[in-house]
Amino acid sequence: MAPSILALLTETIRAEEPVALVTVVEGPGQGAKLLIRPDVDAVGSLGHPDLDRVVTRDAVGELAAGRTGVRHYGETGEAREEAVSVFIESFAPPPRMLIFGAVDFTAALARIAKVLGYRVTVCDAREVFATRQRFPMADELVVDWPNRLLDEVGPTLGPRDAVCILTHDVKFDIPAVVGALATDVGYIGVMGSRRTHDDRTQRLRDAGVDDAGLDRLRSPIGLDLGARTPEETAVSICAEIIALRTGREAPSLKFSTGPIHRD
Amino acid sequence: MKELLNDLERWQKQGKAVAIARVVDTDGSGPRMPGAAMAVNEDGDVVGSVSGGCVEGAVVVEALEVISTGDRRNVSFGYSDDEAFAVGLTCGGTIHLFIEPLDW
Repeated sequence: MAPSILALLTETIRAEEPVALVTVVEGPGQGAKLLIRPDVDAVGSLGHPDLDRVVTRDAVGELAAGRTGVRHYGETGEAREEAVSVFIESFAPPPRMLIFGAVDFTAALARIAKVLGYRVTVCDAREVFATRQRFPMADELVVDWPNRLLDEVGPTLGPRDAVCILTHDVKFDIPAVVGALATDVGYIGVMGSRRTHDDRTQRLRDAGVDDAGLDRLRSPIGLDLGARTPEETAVSICAEIIALRTGREAPSLKFSTGPIHRD
Repeated sequence: MKELLNDLERWQKQGKAVAIARVVDTDGSGPRMPGAAMAVNEDGDVVGSVSGGCVEGAVVVEALEVISTGDRRNVSFGYSDDEAFAVGLTCGGTIHLFIEPLDW
């Protein structure tokens, strides 16, 4: 017996591969389903091969954009008709967070990032610090130099992903920042006091980082919450990542106006 | 729906009849986005949520009907100000749900 749509969906999500589930919610064939994975033949049918073909094309685009919502078609996939309403639910793989530096702040950040759904990698070149015992919550623990890990995974990073550099040791910070700037990662945060930040900025300039590169950095890392403990700092970092993604200034809702949820 | 998969798998193994309700669309302010889901089994056990807790009780009733009839349905919940105890979203938004048996 072929695996059910639900079994295939579950398997693909667990493998952290992108998948979209399409369901006819109104019109002929209500409840019919199509499971769509990039570069793999669709499984199931919405009731007509032409409808399947058009919806598959659209769903691949929706999945790439991480969008979930309802679209309307004619019975054989015609645009600008409304005979069939389909719900396209995109399941993108979890966003990634790379944390450089195996310090106490790292453990707290990894924990909060897991709550937010990140796949977390902790990287430190120092074997005695980067241990599974200290970071049981990390999905992946890498004992290596930041630039080497970034050379390897950098090309796969995108706007949903985050790099947090917590070492505040120039010998690790500089290659990590330079390596992260060479990727399309959405967020690059670098920890350190104002003084560390100023010193690091000069060293980054010396390493050839231009103004646009420096502008991309969130340094010192985090929102200005007055956070002191590793856990509070982790919240301020994750809050900054959310605010950067949504393009908000992050004031309290009490002191802002307008709708709480915007598209 | 991602967070429901373990429970759905377990209920299927136990041979339970299950209905799943998914938010497919929202108008105005709403706590949950399209894709938010809850599932109900024949014993009335519930996992997941589709709002901030405002309409879940009513969704359970709908889901149990879907289990017993096997019919799929679209249900919307919006703001209700004329009946103090009417089911609705206090946030002023409307959510549109698709509820179906888990037979796929």
